[in-house]
Amino acid sequence: MKSKISAAALAVALAAGPALAQDGLTVGLQLEPPHMDPTSAAAGAIDQVVYANVFEGLTRFGSDGSVNPGLASSWDISEDGLTYTFHLVEGVKFHDGTDFEATDVVFSLDRARGEDSVNAQKALFAGIESVEAVDPATVKVTLSAPDGLFLFKMAWGDAVIVAPESIEDIKTAPVGTGAFTFGNWVQGDSITLQNNADYWGEPAMLDSATFKFISDPTAAFAAMMAGDVDVFVAFPAPENLPQFDADPRYNVLIGNTEGETILAMNNAREPFSNKLVREAVAHAINRQDIIDGAMFGYGTPIGTFFAPHNPDYVDLTGLSDYDPEKAKALLEEAGVALPLKVKMTLPPPSYARRGGEIVAAQLRAVGIEPEIENVEWAQWLENTFRNAHDYDLTIISHTEPMDISSLANPDYYTGYDNPAFAEVIEKVGVESDPEVRSELLGQAQTMLAEDYVAGFLFELPLHTVAKTGVEGLWVNMPTQATDLTAVHWAK
Amino acid sequence: MSLAEETSATSMALKNRNLLLGGALTLVFLGAALISFLWVPYDVTQMDIANKIKGPSAAHWLGTDHYGRDILAMIMVGARTSIAVAVVAVGIGMLVGVPLGLWAAARRGSLLDEVIMRGNDLVFAFPSLVIAVMITAAFGPSATNAIIAIGIFNIPVFARITRSGALTLWSRDFILAARVAGKGAARISFEHILPNVLNLLIVQGTIQFSLGILAEAGLSYVGLGAQPPTPSWGRMLADSQTFISFAPHMALFPGLAILLTVLGLNLMGDGLRDIFDPKLRRGRT
Repeated sequence: MKSKISAAALAVALAAGPALAQDGLTVGLQLEPPHMDPTSAAAGAIDQVVYANVFEGLTRFGSDGSVNPGLASSWDISEDGLTYTFHLVEGVKFHDGTDFEATDVVFSLDRARGEDSVNAQKALFAGIESVEAVDPATVKVTLSAPDGLFLFKMAWGDAVIVAPESIEDIKTAPVGTGAFTFGNWVQGDSITLQNNADYWGEPAMLDSATFKFISDPTAAFAAMMAGDVDVFVAFPAPENLPQFDADPRYNVLIGNTEGETILAMNNAREPFSNKLVREAVAHAINRQDIIDGAMFGYGTPIGTFFAPHNPDYVDLTGLSDYDPEKAKALLEEAGVALPLKVKMTLPPPSYARRGGEIVAAQLRAVGIEPEIENVEWAQWLENTFRNAHDYDLTIISHTEPMDISSLANPDYYTGYDNPAFAEVIEKVGVESDPEVRSELLGQAQTMLAEDYVAGFLFELPLHTVAKTGVEGLWVNMPTQATDLTAVHWAK
Repeated sequence: MSLAEETSATSMALKNRNLLLGGALTLVFLGAALISFLWVPYDVTQMDIANKIKGPSAAHWLGTDHYGRDILAMIMVGARTSIAVAVVAVGIGMLVGVPLGLWAAARRGSLLDEVIMRGNDLVFAFPSLVIAVMITAAFGPSATNAIIAIGIFNIPVFARITRSGALTLWSRDFILAARVAGKGAARISFEHILPNVLNLLIVQGTIQFSLGILAEAGLSYVGLGAQPPTPSWGRMLADSQTFISFAPHMALFPGLAILLTVLGLNLMGDGLRDIFDPKLRRGRT
């Protein structure tokens, strides 16, 4: 009797085993989010898990970076461009069973733009004058000035709609409207999402999705090779990609991110407050060597703080071409004592650590001696980026879309203070004519390149390694996200 | 030591295979480190991205790494880093540990003896690498901090071995004679005790030297040792990890360098002990 049961159980297990494995997906990511609230932290790791999967906004990004309807199925824009009337999808429920209504939109936007808001991208909401619920399915947003990018801004992960009923525990138990519900979080290891059976739109094809956090490149390679993870988004070791590519068990997807990778120089502090020194650094850098050496050839050179796949991009790499002799001459002109000793602070990603070693070698060749200091993320965010701005040089990839405007803030960590640039950026913000906008953006890019605000290195590529048979993944990363709503196993 | 004993020690040294092999290996790396001051095949800070990850060839005997740097040159200069860290660390351990051990032995059984030795136990209670990680985490990663960290965990080793060697000596007749002659404890310790525990210290020093090289490699491997661009065997190993499946030479050569140096020093330590330890010598002859 007993053996019969176990035999039956075995048969069931055998039949169900492979089928079950096909309906779940394990996604490897390098960084674990600090918590689950995308509306109160700058950490891209949060959006990487919850954007589009758990939380949705009025609009949402498509895989190509286009702005598509989200929780707002359509909208009307007034003649003067000041009033946006959003028509919300009806019958949407949050994961806790409460209804999604216009009041939730009012709550979310007012929370994000309020005095005590801790939203990391408050600038997205700065143009909003008022938000009001016309009826449960209609929201009217009034802007203080026309904004051609308003719908784009509402698609950001920082602008997702949250509910007042569940806001208390959002950091540990996020409740959204997305196609996946939050399952459980094993700190230091993984986060599991479950398929939301009551989803209002096209349901997700996966039963569940597990995000596994593996920060070490060697461990990431081993996990992928052993089959422990099905997909690794932003695979950290580009040197291993040819191996995956040659292996029929895997697919390698190579796409773009919005990540301008720069050698940031502290414009507010000696010696990089001197434009001549910055220009010297820009000419001392050999971009192709950095791309080949740190990224194994993946990555597009950039000459300014703008994504090269954007139609408004202006190629300004010529302004900072590799010319060590010119760099030496400029340093002499600047009158700095050589060797010039500076500190180079490097966060953990391999593009920064490896790129930093190569940049340091290139700078030494012209008489600048960077002392490398490798730091962890928390330390980098605290000392370099957020508060003290205690650095001379650092390497970082800015992965937010259209983030050229952040350099207009003189209190930003770059310390670039140019009122003329800020003025152009302000004009871009209110311009809705695409042609004029494009021209203004071109001006802004040229200003940054001519002021040598930073060493502009390359656009960070996105390498995704997936098991053969996983379909529907985003190839590019127009915003920080791992959108799994359309991902499925090939039948 | 009489003349006869000395000759027998020399001939024993020549007959001792451990010592010869260990000494030869140690000399090779010591030599590599010394030569690197005068000549290296390539500048180790010079990158040559176009020639990265090349296997051994006539131009680069041990191949190149992921920045196109010559691995032979990096191992030679890395030997310098390893040896410098180990020498200074063993030096710190001896300079602090030996006087502590002599002092404790001279005042054996007293409260001071207890305080010194329990203090040593306290340092010993922490695994050596954990201390090293603690120190470098607190004061930032650098070769200097690695030296200090490794040096600190050498102190109790030398203090203990000095004390235990000295304790047996203190009950010997020639020490009694020195005391009768009116010599103070400090003088006896340095004039009579120290020369007689020196052989113990040399053997232990050799072992600690090899442990120091391992510790430096370990700290550099986790990024807490010498910082780039200073070459270090441990960091070369760490850097080579993701390349190991298609460029094994990047890991093989620094790995061999660590292995052979540590092996050499340990063999040498064993050989020296065979010669210095009178009991073993009597057993053999």
